[in-house]
Amino acid sequence: MTNVTLSKLTKEFEGKADPSVDHIDLEIESGKLTALLGPSGCGKTTTMRMIAGLLRPTSGDIKFDGKSIVSIAPERRGAVMVFQNYLLFPYMTIRENVSFGLKMRGVSKTETRQRVGEMLDLVQLPGLEDRMPKQLSGGQQQRVALARALIVKPKVLLLDEPLSNLDAHLRDEMRELIRRLQGELKITTIFVTHDQEEAAVLSDKIALILRGSLQHFGTPEEYFERPGSVEIARFFGGVNFIPGTYDGSVIATSVGKFSAPRSSITSGEGVLTIRPEAVEISGEGGNSVQGRVVSHVYAGRYARFLIDVGNIRIEAVSDPKRVSQIADGEMVSLRFDPNEIWVLAQPTEGNGVDRGAPEGGNRSVASVPGDE
Amino acid sequence: MTMSAQLAVEGDAGMKGRVAGRGAGRASTLRWVVIIGLLAFLIAPIIPLILWSFSFRWTFPNLLPTEYSMRAWEAVASPTNDVLLATWNSTVIAVVVTALSILIGVPAGRALGLYKFPGKRLVELVIVAPIIVPTLAVALGMHTLFIRYGLSNSLIGVIVVHLIPALPYMILVMAGVFANYDAAFESQARSLGANAFKTQRFVTIPAIMPGLVVGSLFTFLISWSEYVLTLLVGGGQVITLPLLLFNFARSGDNAIAGALAVVFIVPGILVLVFTSKHLSSGQAAMGGTGAL
Repeated sequence: MTNVTLSKLTKEFEGKADPSVDHIDLEIESGKLTALLGPSGCGKTTTMRMIAGLLRPTSGDIKFDGKSIVSIAPERRGAVMVFQNYLLFPYMTIRENVSFGLKMRGVSKTETRQRVGEMLDLVQLPGLEDRMPKQLSGGQQQRVALARALIVKPKVLLLDEPLSNLDAHLRDEMRELIRRLQGELKITTIFVTHDQEEAAVLSDKIALILRGSLQHFGTPEEYFERPGSVEIARFFGGVNFIPGTYDGSVIATSVGKFSAPRSSITSGEGVLTIRPEAVEISGEGGNSVQGRVVSHVYAGRYARFLIDVGNIRIEAVSDPKRVSQIADGEMVSLRFDPNEIWVLAQPTEGNGVDRGAPEGGNRSVASVPGDE
Repeated sequence: MTMSAQLAVEGDAGMKGRVAGRGAGRASTLRWVVIIGLLAFLIAPIIPLILWSFSFRWTFPNLLPTEYSMRAWEAVASPTNDVLLATWNSTVIAVVVTALSILIGVPAGRALGLYKFPGKRLVELVIVAPIIVPTLAVALGMHTLFIRYGLSNSLIGVIVVHLIPALPYMILVMAGVFANYDAAFESQARSLGANAFKTQRFVTIPAIMPGLVVGSLFTFLISWSEYVLTLLVGGGQVITLPLLLFNFARSGDNAIAGALAVVFIVPGILVLVFTSKHLSSGQAAMGGTGAL
């Protein structure tokens, strides 16, 4: 049970103008699963490597239970990292791989033997002690890598993209395994991912890192329900954006006025956001607009529509049975449930709303349920 | 001679690997061609040497010596001769040259194979230069330098000068190994609790072992068979086997030259036999033999 504190953690690399990790402050609670989320090159892996001791911070501090560990060698930190590509030592058997950390610590042979057996049971690979790594599938190798890390009872477990090399069904299995093990062993676990869905499903809390800076640290619900900025909402994807002016209860946009009680700003230049699932096709009453269907996709469990409302393209996801009569080119009415609208501050220059209109970013796909 | 034996054996291993994919019949035919080729070109030339070393009289039309004797071997083993001293010198020089090549070549190979740095191409060129530039040209220049620093006519001088042709091979082999090496394994070991020393011991060295063996084999055999540089820098004071061999070969005593040649060949074969298990590609999972 260890809590991890990052304070003003910064890493600059020679020959790069901007710091890769820029003054990150983070308080990671003991025994929790925390995701470091961000696109590739955002500094999340660099942050993890600094926690592991494999990179030295340029400035700032890392504390385990309040004690600075920056000057402690990686092998004595108690933070064990599992790499994305498993890195099982190819010339060692599974037993030798799993027991590597114990051997380094001088644990006796009999105890090692017993603990390796227990650990392989725990990751559901009993009896594979004498195989070689290349005889195992990717999923099995991943589990061995996990067992090899867990056997030393780390204070902090660091997982680098733990699911990214696995097939879809193995991914679900692995996700369950990590959650279960983490729940049983209560090891403070930090994992790096670029996949917001993976982060949401696996973690207690998500730290979103963009361009080296921490954007937000909160629960998955917060990110989906009440993102703090257009940029965060865009990263999580699948959100429609309509810029307008907000007066505290109603947002006036180029396509109409919408009542919007939920917002992150009190008034001023704002952006209406609404998730595709919350756009009600053929919905009547207040808060509705007319639009022309541009295209639609039938995907079994849902149907997805792209609809032009004025000069704005709206994505809507609906129960396919309810909208089976609607054809491309048809005019439909769309209702935005006021309680589903979330108003955000209009972003400053550079993160403009129009830069990645909803249909442009293929990230919007990721949030659609069941869409792989 | 031993150098080419080494290369041919490796070629054979590669051949077997490639052949394995095809039909079994053709594979076994090819296998036999390779084995017979090896025997004909590598083993057969040694047979007359062995015969010579035991011969007393072996004149033209006879296919085998007409009279045998142990004279040559007695001469070789006699303490009044320089053979024992020369064998000792050759061994010490070759072992020290190999050890120094490892100490210098492994870090250099790592730098070349693993890291990018300005001027890397130039460094590579400088390292390969001794292989391209005629040895004699280099040696003559070195010799004046060695005389100035008192290194000529000494064992240390010979060892240093042997590094010139030997080191490039070690560095090139290790650069190839490290080009295929994933240094993240070391990070993983550190993270699991291995200190820097144990990481080298349990992760890095096992991973580069095949390359290390090949490189050592090269450097040992290059040093072992070096003639010109030893003669020049050793100035006749440092006697090694190749020097003796040339002497006897020139003096026309075929029996003693034959016996010496056998003594000269044996270590190469022994080294190859003892290290052959490391030459198989199975070991080279983390760091292959790369550019070889």
